[in-house]
Amino acid sequence: MNFEQLLFYFFSTVLVAAAVMVITIRNPVKAALFLVLTFFTAACLWILLEAEFLAIALVLVYVGAVMVLFLFVVMMLDVNLVRLREGFAEYLPIGGIVAVLLVLEMAIILGPQRFGLGNFPEPAGHAADYSNTRELGRVLYTAYVYPFEIAAVILLVAIIAAIALALRRRKDSKYQDPRKQIRVEPAERLRIVKMPTEKRG
Amino acid sequence: MISLSHYLVLGAVLFALAVVGIFLNRKNVVILLMAIELMLLAVNINFLAFSHYRGDIAGQVFVFFILTVAAAEAAIGLAILVVLFRNRQTIDVEDLDILKG
Repeated sequence: MNFEQLLFYFFSTVLVAAAVMVITIRNPVKAALFLVLTFFTAACLWILLEAEFLAIALVLVYVGAVMVLFLFVVMMLDVNLVRLREGFAEYLPIGGIVAVLLVLEMAIILGPQRFGLGNFPEPAGHAADYSNTRELGRVLYTAYVYPFEIAAVILLVAIIAAIALALRRRKDSKYQDPRKQIRVEPAERLRIVKMPTEKRG
Repeated sequence: MISLSHYLVLGAVLFALAVVGIFLNRKNVVILLMAIELMLLAVNINFLAFSHYRGDIAGQVFVFFILTVAAAEAAIGLAILVVLFRNRQTIDVEDLDILKG
């Protein structure tokens, strides 16, 4: 077993163990932390697959941003953990059977006969000056520039949607309405009251 | 040597675990969202494995777009969750039966 295989099996073991912890652990905060471990280990595997840019992007975007968002929401919601665990043991047998069948079926299809080294040999190593980031950028900004722009629009829509959903108008907050302010008429602000003059006594 | 089939089976195991996670945590919407993230991760591993062994960088471009969409999905999902909790004081799926489905 050479070093690369050792790394692969080590990362795979950590990945699967962390994923099992994510779905079985009682506390959602701990589940989020194990999900961080899962993503980080997956990034290590992606480095083995020579996708360096995406591995770093996974760490920065997922571990750095999305998981912090998850942790933030989990800590903000004050949920009753005992009630949420009801029915856990009830669905464990059927879930386990489905999972084992899924893995077995996929292992039959994806086994070494069809996707082994015979059909897909290990690719030759890249030259020393090969840059994964440069290659990805070259394709992304030429052939895939239109999908890239759509992705940017999707992110913008997500920002606006998240803000619009979570924005709450408090009843006691004071704010100005500029439309009303510029449409104001003098008569609304100043009222001239006619009063009869009185004789000096 | 590590073959493509190693990575594909690893992705299959991860996907199956995420499916079981949806079975087991039917009450907690936060864990359901985490299971969906695990599924997307399994799909991404498959894309990158094929990209590596076929020598085609298009697989990495796909992973890039999947990451983008997954980030948007997580942000909107969590925002919906926050609004839901504010209105109903629960994230139990069984309490969310307004639609009578």
